[in-house]
Amino acid sequence: MANIKVGDRAPDFTLTGVDDKAHSLNDYRERKVVVIFSCNHCPYVRAWEDRMIAIQADYLARGVQLIAINSNDADKYPEDSFENMKMRAKEKSFNFPYLRDKDQKVARSYGAQRTPEVFLFDRNFILRYHGAIDDNYDEPKAVKTPYLRNALDAVLSGKTIRVAETQPVGCTVKWKTN
Amino acid sequence: MVLEGKKRQVKFLYWEDCQSHDEALARLKKVLREDNINAEVEVIRIQTDEEARELRFIGSPTILVDGKDIQPPTTSRYGLVCRAYFLEDGRVSPLPSETMIRAAFKKRP
Repeated sequence: MANIKVGDRAPDFTLTGVDDKAHSLNDYRERKVVVIFSCNHCPYVRAWEDRMIAIQADYLARGVQLIAINSNDADKYPEDSFENMKMRAKEKSFNFPYLRDKDQKVARSYGAQRTPEVFLFDRNFILRYHGAIDDNYDEPKAVKTPYLRNALDAVLSGKTIRVAETQPVGCTVKWKTN
Repeated sequence: MVLEGKKRQVKFLYWEDCQSHDEALARLKKVLREDNINAEVEVIRIQTDEEARELRFIGSPTILVDGKDIQPPTTSRYGLVCRAYFLEDGRVSPLPSETMIRAAFKKRP
């Protein structure tokens, strides 16, 4: 279960991105930030990746910033190493920061449990939506409810989000055991 | 209903924490039903890394038809992970497609 609930403020973080630069949540103040706990190896992430890229492209001009964070244990899951993150970001032309949470502190502070798992914050860093990107991990054309897009549209127009919480669907976050 | 052909041996292996297994099993059963395939399906839940190694389980879900994986494995790492399927249209999915499942049964036992 997430450590933060709708209405709570985003825990701050500073993490290194695949551009080798430090990225802090505060760097994106005045934007609507979408933090997505993600990784390289998970097939759910890979199924949703193109949709994440499309959402960033569609909403960038309206002040929305996606930030993907990989917190997985790369010792047990080498596909999730920082070097492999750089390769994935380049291969897919990620249009958002892809950050490494090596000590898993950020994942723990958010209470993330799955990849992908979405936390949408408004410009005051208040959590407005938490859960899945949409209702169909397998077939993009069969999506009936685009939860994140609907939530973004509501936040951007100052309306109440009809579905503010959904169950995240994906691989478990790969925690270190020592 | 008369089932066609020699009885095929199917193993469906899954890890509970990977959420696609219900849908994958439903897809398998749908193909068997629609194509009248004579098959015995054994459902095996993998609960530990040791079981995964013993059964050479590369991820959930895994479907073996007469001992053959419906998608040739691309790794020899065994463990409790979700498996990626590379679909006919180039997409990656946690689920095998019906097309992939059907193709596995068209191969000779």
